[in-house]
Amino acid sequence: MKFLDEYRDAAAARGLVDLIRRAATRPWVIMEICGGQTHSIVKYGLDEVLPDAIELVHGPGCPVCVTSLEMIDRAHAIASRPEVTLCSFGDMLRVPGSRGDLLALKSQGADVRVVYSPLDAVKLAGANPQRAVVFFAIGFETTAPANAMAVSLAHKRGLANFSVLVSHVLTPPAITAILQSPGNRVQAFLGPGHVCTVMGTAEYEPIARHYRVPVIISGFEPLDLLDAILRAVKQLEAGRAEVEISYGRAVRPQGNPAARALVDDVFEVCDRKWRGVGTIPKSGYRLRWEYRDHDAERRFEVEDVETNESKVCISGQVLRGIKKPRECPAFGKECTPLTPLGATMVSSEGACAAYYGYGRHLEVAR
Amino acid sequence: MCLAIPGRLIERTEENGLAMGKVDFGGGTRKIVCLEHVADAQPGDYVLVHVGFALARIDEAEAQRVFETLRELGELAELSS
Repeated sequence: MKFLDEYRDAAAARGLVDLIRRAATRPWVIMEICGGQTHSIVKYGLDEVLPDAIELVHGPGCPVCVTSLEMIDRAHAIASRPEVTLCSFGDMLRVPGSRGDLLALKSQGADVRVVYSPLDAVKLAGANPQRAVVFFAIGFETTAPANAMAVSLAHKRGLANFSVLVSHVLTPPAITAILQSPGNRVQAFLGPGHVCTVMGTAEYEPIARHYRVPVIISGFEPLDLLDAILRAVKQLEAGRAEVEISYGRAVRPQGNPAARALVDDVFEVCDRKWRGVGTIPKSGYRLRWEYRDHDAERRFEVEDVETNESKVCISGQVLRGIKKPRECPAFGKECTPLTPLGATMVSSEGACAAYYGYGRHLEVAR
Repeated sequence: MCLAIPGRLIERTEENGLAMGKVDFGGGTRKIVCLEHVADAQPGDYVLVHVGFALARIDEAEAQRVFETLRELGELAELSS
């Protein structure tokens, strides 16, 4: 496909690696924010072809990974009701909660469905007025316009049987939390390309200035990532700390104003608990009061369940770039994608699952 | 999860009052996606699609930039295009 294949060209990648090697005179630690970027880096082995001076650490940008166990249990409790049809994106339904995952619940007779788009869930609600259709709305800013459109459309069409369980997360507060955490090693960020396609880059300016870190808004293909790494290294070597767009074919500085306006109309910022990290202030979206009739948490009163996370799992430190998957004693042993112990193993975009998926658990720890 | 795929817009349509369109992702895959957030996209344009929504029109000039830089620096002698 045009705009994908050419960014996987090996000769161009070697050229960029060569430029990075010439630019880097000192060791630098760079974090890629997105799970999709982590996945590409591990899949194409980019971390292994970079000069030793450049260390990539993997960020928290996997919404499935960071959705709290409490929220998954809430979805489970709602989906268990006989009148409910619960829909979400495929990978969310496979994440184990305290009482199993949502697809297992489906095998026991619950009406749980995978949808491609949130609009499919609205369609289901329109076609099945006797069912209470609940959409488990997760995601970063990238997904917020789609989820907001589903709510807005259902509201306009008067679909009283459509509601959303919102567990949205925001990127800038997570970056700030990483920079403020004791033991932070990150010196530059590869910023979230598709989040910025929607939101633009203004939110990252104060972060770059205040913490003196370059933020390079990066795409997801090998050449995108290598170009962003080269720009980060050049800034670090020159002592600069600026926001720079490497992924110009998809990101404008102002983002997508129409999409942002809709998101602002439907959602407001709230505190959010991240799995493996804890509560980060002002790091999520919830529905605005005007849309409360479509709020699944309001409609279905679900009592809080006591949840327990693994004591061995180090996903919190992996998500902050303090440790690598291989430093966990459970990695690839009792913790695998089929039996995940924590956030970074539950989705293929999590750092631990990406390492496992591409056979890194088979290598001797270096 | 923030996966977004480029595809070529074939035609604009409408559904439930929303601007929609048929997008070709190559390999025989075509999908109807929501175009509400890319009002200026016309058939023939490439759009970036996430969970059934076009989030941006691909900037074709910007898309060439990394290759131009590599060529200027003499790092892309092997590539013809």
